[in-house]
Amino acid sequence: MKATKSMQAQGNRLANTMIQLNVLNGKDMVDAKFPLFTDKLKEINLFPLKPSGIEIFQINMGKMCNQVCAHCHVDAGPDRKEIMTKQTLERCLEILKNTDIKTVDLTGGAPEMNPHFFWFVEELSKLGKHIIDRCNLTIIVANKKYHRLPDFFKEHGVEVVSSLPYFSEKRTDSQRGEGVFEQSIRALKMLNEVGYGIEGTEQKLNLVYNPSGAFLPGDQSSLEAEFKRQLKRKFDIQFNNLYAITNIPISRFLDYLLESGNYEAYMEKLVTAYNPMAARNVMCRNTISISWDGYLYDCDFNQMLDLKVSERSSLHINDFDIDKLNNRSIVLNQHCYGCTAGAGSSCGGEVTG
Amino acid sequence: MSYFKPEDLKKFGDIGKFGAKDLADKFFAYYGEVFKEGALTQREKSLIALAVAHTVQCPYCIDAYTQDCLQKGSDEDQMMEAVHVAAAIKSGATLVNSVQMINKADELMM
Repeated sequence: MKATKSMQAQGNRLANTMIQLNVLNGKDMVDAKFPLFTDKLKEINLFPLKPSGIEIFQINMGKMCNQVCAHCHVDAGPDRKEIMTKQTLERCLEILKNTDIKTVDLTGGAPEMNPHFFWFVEELSKLGKHIIDRCNLTIIVANKKYHRLPDFFKEHGVEVVSSLPYFSEKRTDSQRGEGVFEQSIRALKMLNEVGYGIEGTEQKLNLVYNPSGAFLPGDQSSLEAEFKRQLKRKFDIQFNNLYAITNIPISRFLDYLLESGNYEAYMEKLVTAYNPMAARNVMCRNTISISWDGYLYDCDFNQMLDLKVSERSSLHINDFDIDKLNNRSIVLNQHCYGCTAGAGSSCGGEVTG
Repeated sequence: MSYFKPEDLKKFGDIGKFGAKDLADKFFAYYGEVFKEGALTQREKSLIALAVAHTVQCPYCIDAYTQDCLQKGSDEDQMMEAVHVAAAIKSGATLVNSVQMINKADELMM
């Protein structure tokens, strides 16, 4: 039976981020210890890891979501009430006005469920920012008020990045919940209808593939070719690029790994597949992640582990200091192996090649 | 007791340390080349390997190529169909020999 509640609502002890960090370091629930990620970076003179400069402002607009995905690193769901306020969003706009950060990446939960979402995107659009919306697709068909999203995205030049773990119902629904595949296909058709994902248009629709289980993603370009072939053949659906993303061993995916007895083997896979080239290109070097309550993190994963930026004088958007943040040391832990395995992984897919 | 220990698969790459290193090196270099993208995609090659693994009944290979097929994006139907192809060839190979049986029987019977 698939969970319909967040780990937090279930009272799962892994909802406590300290316990997750202890597991990753072999101090709770498991004995397995792996080489320290920081040592791997020391070997290539990359420690302490420094930013290359903030280019992406990734805002987690809230943990509320209409789905309860089995691998969700946010532990998002309908029962999560943490939502970014208008005041915090206004502060984000102020920062974006006064810096030359070009890309704003909206995530959640389902970012569209934030009551200020439409207003916020309009404001970002006025600033001329490149807007990315991490849309779970089903939100578009979930409620009448969201049916206008495809047109709205188009009007404001929003790039849509959507998860579709597989081109079959069985594997998609096993990860994202019953009925998700069918709804996702309907939403993709609506996006295609207004030009999203269609060759020659400016409306970019990129899909995210992440494995439905304890294995790593294969070669991104091969997967993209297979997804394109199958989605076109089966449903006449088109998209631009496929981002292959590795599941990071935190939150619900960590819970799954432990429950299924796959934790050790999965960590070993990540550690064995460690790629120094990927380590040089990790996304935390050009990204800053903002939580629903305005705190700053090196990435969305650190945010979910409650590992705030190391720059103590700029912990919150109210104290946002881009110069200091650009000189911070990035906070690392054992989950970081997830971004450096094989061809690497980021919110934009592989980081090498 | 089973001789098969899944963790032994990790030691496969070290067989050259025991002896005949040059042969092991040549084998692994060849193996690596075979599975590169070519006229067949890596995903297709992995499905073939999965099917062959079943016919040679190698549990190491079955473990390895089940995982590899999933990583390369094959779905359950494709993987199962590949095993059916192997099974069909194997059973076909048994049955086609019945022609030899029939020939011999024809030769011997009145």
